[in-house]
Amino acid sequence: MTDIMSKAISFENVGKLYNLGVVGTGSFTNDLYRWWKTSVLNQEDPYLKVGECNDRSKAGNSKYVWALKDISFDVEQGDVVGIIGKNGAGKSTLLKLLSRVTSPTIGSIKAKGRIASLLEVGTGFHPELTGRENIYMNGAILGMTKVEIKSKIDEIIDFSGCERYIDTPVKRYSSGMMVRLGFAVAAHLEPEILVVDEVLAVGDAEFQKKAIGKMKDVSKGEGRTVLFVSHNMASVRTLCKSGILLKDGVIDYTATADECVDYYQSLNISNFVSHCVLDDKLNRDEWVPKDTRNLEFIEAEMLNDVNAIASDEELRFHLKIRKNKFSVKFANLGMHVVDSADVCDVIYSSPIIDIPDKDVFYISLKLKNHNLSVGNYFVNFSIGMKDVSSGIKNYDVIHNVLSFSVVYRDVLTKTPFVLWMKGWGNHYNKDAEIEVF
Amino acid sequence: MTNEEQKWTTVIEPRRSLFSIDFKEIWRYKDLYSIYVLRNITTVYKQTVLGPLWFFVEPIFSTIMYMVVFGGIAGISTDTLPQPIFYMSGIMLWNYFLQCFNASSNVFVSNAGVFGKVYFPRLIVPLATITSNLFKMGIQLLLFICVYLYFVIIKDTPIAPDWTLALFPLYVIVLALTAMSWGLLVSALTTKYRDLRMFVGFVMGLYMYATPIIYPMSVVKDSIYGSFLKYNPIAPFFEAFRYSATGVGSIDWMWMAYGVVCLVVTLTVGLVVFNRVEKNFIDTV
Repeated sequence: MTDIMSKAISFENVGKLYNLGVVGTGSFTNDLYRWWKTSVLNQEDPYLKVGECNDRSKAGNSKYVWALKDISFDVEQGDVVGIIGKNGAGKSTLLKLLSRVTSPTIGSIKAKGRIASLLEVGTGFHPELTGRENIYMNGAILGMTKVEIKSKIDEIIDFSGCERYIDTPVKRYSSGMMVRLGFAVAAHLEPEILVVDEVLAVGDAEFQKKAIGKMKDVSKGEGRTVLFVSHNMASVRTLCKSGILLKDGVIDYTATADECVDYYQSLNISNFVSHCVLDDKLNRDEWVPKDTRNLEFIEAEMLNDVNAIASDEELRFHLKIRKNKFSVKFANLGMHVVDSADVCDVIYSSPIIDIPDKDVFYISLKLKNHNLSVGNYFVNFSIGMKDVSSGIKNYDVIHNVLSFSVVYRDVLTKTPFVLWMKGWGNHYNKDAEIEVF
Repeated sequence: MTNEEQKWTTVIEPRRSLFSIDFKEIWRYKDLYSIYVLRNITTVYKQTVLGPLWFFVEPIFSTIMYMVVFGGIAGISTDTLPQPIFYMSGIMLWNYFLQCFNASSNVFVSNAGVFGKVYFPRLIVPLATITSNLFKMGIQLLLFICVYLYFVIIKDTPIAPDWTLALFPLYVIVLALTAMSWGLLVSALTTKYRDLRMFVGFVMGLYMYATPIIYPMSVVKDSIYGSFLKYNPIAPFFEAFRYSATGVGSIDWMWMAYGVVCLVVTLTVGLVVFNRVEKNFIDTV
């Protein structure tokens, strides 16, 4: 790294004001008023003052909201910047401003070189045109010249993997094929500045891998500047060098990508549930009526750091159970870990346990080697009795009471997972023997 | 880095100066323009058997209809010209004008999807549309020529083209740009408030009757209507084309100059307004 790096993009005090609600007669009156104030009386825009900070969940007093406010930062040439933040933090607005889809209300953005924006794949695809014609269409919209496209068309077709259908109208394509074709065009753009909005989360696992590889090539070689918005923290970590965290339309944190993601994830603590006091209805199966609950869960707790669990970490649970029927002497405890799509990933079923002679008792459970890969998981518990004649009789079943996130591969070194797409599997197995000869 | 400031190639700021259309940038996107033109032409008749032949159908039927209604029932004079030639010449230009206007006036609404995702000079789209509509008009022109030759050769009608026919491209350009600039104005005004669009639809329907398509100017010249029709900036070109093509009627140079002046004014205003709106329209469309 030389001491003088040239700046590729510079944001100076950029702000974007949006008005809420419906455009109608009300806004027409406001427009007239604004026009009167600014153009005739030459005063400040009356609505710029009242704009409020953008907090989606709180109702504000003003009809105007700053989607972005006081955004100032510089991006050096060749840098790959990850922009992260919750929904509505202003990430996409920022990219829209940079890609000139809309213009800022105040401030200025300066950039050096050609900007190509990928806010969507396959922009401008016409259903009646063939794949090949659409490559030209889409490429030209993204700023390529015919000659450029022509020189790359074979590469693009090859990358998309749609060779067989390339002279068929895209309306006959599957949606996945459209996306592949769109991404293939975008991947062969060669601008100085590339603006990318979460387009990696498309296509099947095989194509995702390809797309990510291409993204890496783009950012690593050729010194291109990339701005990348994503909710996938793993991809931000692997693809980006520096990070910007947006919160309610202002910059909350700027650092290296890793630090930024760490900080962001530490903010999200409340998102995962480590302790849950059970309510009568909530989280409970409908088919476990109150009168059959001989044993009833009343509290569940996870003793790990639920925001950042390693793959080889021991999962520790603590359950508080009430005995409603005195005669219950034995029971089995069951546990499921499911992912966000409710697909079961880990099952545990205990041997028969003795129930102590107490109204309320505790069970502590330690699960070694859960082997879960990166992702967010939910925990279900059940308690019941296995019966040879009647099968299983559940006393109580509770769903999604606890949740946690697996982010590390190794509990000791805290090595993060490399970029990992959801479709690549939920199990990470370390217990294999590998031999090279 | 003191000379940093000079090296920025793109500066994005809230307000642009009033007239700051980047023609260089439009030129840089010329490939997109040609692809758009090609797309507009090819997609219309995809999955049809007759293909571009369909462009014949509409003018043929309109002409027959006009011959029946205006020529036959209403008995409006056609200035000694055979009815098919008279009506067809008007319909051809009017269709072109109307198509250009409609496409330009819907440019924001119908392209919001693309405009919302990628930046390119928005003017490319209306420019491409008026160009691709030329193709349609070309087909109708072919039909017109066939009918023309039929009357000259078979029917021995005494019509002959005037030297001013060489100005035909000029007529077309003026009509196209007039349509585009009006369309741009409407499109800029309708991104936020859609009211105008309701209005424009029927106004254009009526506007056709204020243009010498179903009647020659000679019929209304001395009446009170004629003095109003004088202000119609596209009317002189309909008259002029008829004269240039057949030698019947009149060509009024001053009137055409008036049309060109109107064009310059509306085009300037249209471009300025369009330019202002294009930056932020996606927030309101």
